[in-house]
Amino acid sequence: MTAPATPGGPGQPVIELRDVRKEFPGGAMAVDGVSLTVGAGTVFGVVGHSGAGKSTLLRLVNGLEEPTSGSVLVDGQDLSALGERGLRPVRREIGMVFQQFNLFRSRTVLGNVLYPLRLAGLDRAAARARAEETLDFVGLSGHGGRYPEQLSGGQRQRVGIARALTTRPKVLLCDEATSALDPQTTGEVLALLRRVNRELGVTILLITHEMEVVRGLCDRVAVMEEGKVVESGEVYEVFARPRHATTAAFVRSALHSAPCTAPRTGRCWSGCGPATRGGWSPCR
Amino acid sequence: MRADWSTFWPKVLDATGETVYMVLITLALSTVGGLSVGLALYATRKGGVLPNRAVHAVLGTFINVIRPVPFIIAIVALAPVTRAVVGTMIGTDAAVFPMTVVATFGIARIVESNLLSVEPGVIEAARSMGAGPLRILLTVLVPEALGPLVLGLTFMLVALIDFSAVAGTVGGGGVGNLAMTYGYLRFDTSVMVVTVLVLIALVQSAQFLGNLLSRRILRR
Repeated sequence: MTAPATPGGPGQPVIELRDVRKEFPGGAMAVDGVSLTVGAGTVFGVVGHSGAGKSTLLRLVNGLEEPTSGSVLVDGQDLSALGERGLRPVRREIGMVFQQFNLFRSRTVLGNVLYPLRLAGLDRAAARARAEETLDFVGLSGHGGRYPEQLSGGQRQRVGIARALTTRPKVLLCDEATSALDPQTTGEVLALLRRVNRELGVTILLITHEMEVVRGLCDRVAVMEEGKVVESGEVYEVFARPRHATTAAFVRSALHSAPCTAPRTGRCWSGCGPATRGGWSPCR
Repeated sequence: MRADWSTFWPKVLDATGETVYMVLITLALSTVGGLSVGLALYATRKGGVLPNRAVHAVLGTFINVIRPVPFIIAIVALAPVTRAVVGTMIGTDAAVFPMTVVATFGIARIVESNLLSVEPGVIEAARSMGAGPLRILLTVLVPEALGPLVLGLTFMLVALIDFSAVAGTVGGGGVGNLAMTYGYLRFDTSVMVVTVLVLIALVQSAQFLGNLLSRRILRR
């Protein structure tokens, strides 16, 4: 069955997934027939519980995972037609930011940001100038000589974002980019990502389990459950009129902090905080 | 005391020099060899950056065949190969060959296990930037694992000082040879004590330098 494509918002489609399936050895279907389109300049959020297939979905977009069936197009180019070697130049056009930052501990802040530039073949001087400029954009000028362990979580993630952006990619993939951060720092990182989108025009595809992130940053949202997109649309629309139980639970989680007063609509406590889970069975 | 110390001390100095020479040459050669084999072993494993089951199995088996052989047996077993490669079976140069063979495969395992401790997320980050397998190995994995790698090489350096003494007993030269000919065969305990002290001093210095270097790399 082919799910109807999710319209991606304004602009030319930059990312297109067409009926994509990803089955892991052992039979686990991480992504099960997902079609979605992300338009240029959009911030697109994919929300879901852990194990819903979001992470795999994100990794399909830069070819870190290969789809079992279906096709993934970035900027009109079908990734499955490219081999591992052919994917490398494409990946340089797609930045990626990680939950655990994944910075090179053996390199300074500047060294981390320089790495993708040297990889792209810039000479030392040009790379350095560009890296400094990017560090300035994320508010870390003057920190270039420090090592990752000397930075706070929020600063580390800003280095991660600088490293992902410095080659001036069209697309930024964010894998739970704020999930390891406290609420204050999350706000700062979200504000930075908003600037990345508005000032640099970078299309952002992010995955998260926090609906607050979607509300604060995204134009469009898709809700995933068990490898499928169960609902998608404009963030405003989805918040105003959630149709699926999982969506409703996520929306509640963003609108209400504890205590959770929402009626029991699903079979599990996914929508509420830990303190209000009593008597509900946990979602898988 | 039976040894004539005025003629004996120069011998101790010469023997120490020979030991240092054997150990350092071996360390240099086996680091290059061990790093190559270790990187190949790591890269070809399942889920590695260049997975290749056959190569991985062959390398793994080969290492497991070489490593359990006691060093003194390895010297004897490799003697014909040593003669073919070095031209002789006696002396410091002849000792370097079996030491290098054994140390290479020891270092290969050290390299493999240290590379495995590098967080997969860092490798994924490099892949997401479009880095190829060889580049990831050399510019991400080796630098990220360098601190523990230096400690591993220090461990091997200490083992090599031990190996060199063993090689000395079968005509390899160095401090081991001195201990054997003067200390053991001539029953001179004081010579034995001096050679043991020299070996302890060498091991201490090696470990001290290794610790210093790895601390500097790890910045702690």
